[in-house]
Amino acid sequence: MADHAHKLEIFRGLIKFKSNTQKIWGVLLLLSIITAVEVVLGIYKPEILMGPSMTPFEGGVGATLLNITFAAFIYTKSLNLIFIVLTIIKAYYITWDFMHMRDETKSLRRFVVWTAVFLICYLIFILLQEGGYIESVYSQGHVKRDF
Amino acid sequence: MESTAISTGPEGTTWGGGNQPLKSSYGKMMMWFFIVSDALTFSGFLAAYGFSRFKFIDYWPIADEVFTHVPFLHGQELPMIYVAFMTFVLIMSSVTMVLAVDAGHQMKKNKVIWYMFFTIIGGAIFVGSQAWEWATFIQGDYGAVQTKGGNILQFGTYKSIEGEAVFKRIPVEEFAVAASSERTQHESKSGVWFTAEGSLPAYTVNDVYLGLVANPNILVCTQTINAKGEKTVLSRDESLLQLKMNGRRYVKGANLEVNEYGAPLFADFFFFITGFHGFHVLSGVVINIIIFFNVIIGTYERRKNYEMVEKVGLYWHFVDLVWVFVFTFFYLV
Repeated sequence: MADHAHKLEIFRGLIKFKSNTQKIWGVLLLLSIITAVEVVLGIYKPEILMGPSMTPFEGGVGATLLNITFAAFIYTKSLNLIFIVLTIIKAYYITWDFMHMRDETKSLRRFVVWTAVFLICYLIFILLQEGGYIESVYSQGHVKRDF
Repeated sequence: MESTAISTGPEGTTWGGGNQPLKSSYGKMMMWFFIVSDALTFSGFLAAYGFSRFKFIDYWPIADEVFTHVPFLHGQELPMIYVAFMTFVLIMSSVTMVLAVDAGHQMKKNKVIWYMFFTIIGGAIFVGSQAWEWATFIQGDYGAVQTKGGNILQFGTYKSIEGEAVFKRIPVEEFAVAASSERTQHESKSGVWFTAEGSLPAYTVNDVYLGLVANPNILVCTQTINAKGEKTVLSRDESLLQLKMNGRRYVKGANLEVNEYGAPLFADFFFFITGFHGFHVLSGVVINIIIFFNVIIGTYERRKNYEMVEKVGLYWHFVDLVWVFVFTFFYLV
């Protein structure tokens, strides 16, 4: 069974493990640290992270384009953005090291990851956009929520 | 991994004869197809949750105020702790699973057996914890009043904690005046229409109102989230007026129709998404048990490869992967 070659480095080769077992424990450590950071942030909710990190640009079409480009920083609370980024990092290491995506061929990796990522992004965009629109209809007083 | 496909695929066909597109065996490839489609199902649910949340962005329950319980620690508010524990258990069982796969590659049967065993135990602890979470959520803790518009009014008072006035909820049971109720439960034997109704709420709105009148320190907290990201607390006069004018019924805990924490959709999505995920964990545990016994009786030893362990491993890691997202979008964000 010598053909089960594993790629043993993570962080683009910054950390190289001696064996596959050692890599697994290393990745566990990383995932645990990330989860601990999430939990601590979730409990203490630092005041500084409770708002978006940028204010919307004012002006014409250029400002609108800038607002779209930096949407994640302008319309999302910094804390939530941190949570989402940390989650994607965790997902990456679970898929790459636990599910051995790192050892698969490039084409297998792409058909799985690109398909899922594209469709999920599309779905999230449509549904959140629509949800935001309905919220604006509600909040502009066309629908009464207490009577 | 040339050696893996020989025994599992149909002989003489493209997939069976060592000809492996993308250097992956038939079984593993199909597991990846399944995982992609299942990932899309879950993201459909989570995106729908996001849709509903964006729709009621100013009225959505704050998860930290809902999931505050830890087993054996009654009456303490410890948001996140128990879910963090559940997350860790699931990640840990993922680790033992990947160690089992690794041991399988080295053809070490006993190691595979032990690691599979720990994986199953981890899965069982997780499913049990989820059942406990459901039970706590369904049971509720403080009780609230639903308004005619379907909103929720909670009750509490300002307490001074470390010099700061903090709004703390008070159980309705502690202040409601249980007046003699003239309303009796409708049973199928009485009346023209032979359908029974569900059990009546423990208190009428009037009981709660009389209790509120008698306790001048208690205030009503609405669902509306203010600029500070906290629920709006009404003044004393507004509290009395709101309950008198709009109160419809007393609710405690959560079900698919109403819950004491706020938007009914919150509970619906909670039951549906964590339920669907819990079902995946449960089926994962069952599949793991089957493979576990197959390892013990030496099926893969005879087959000379442990690829089946790798395939259920993929499924098990996927379940962990989904939980990472559920954890973020239900409990953190």
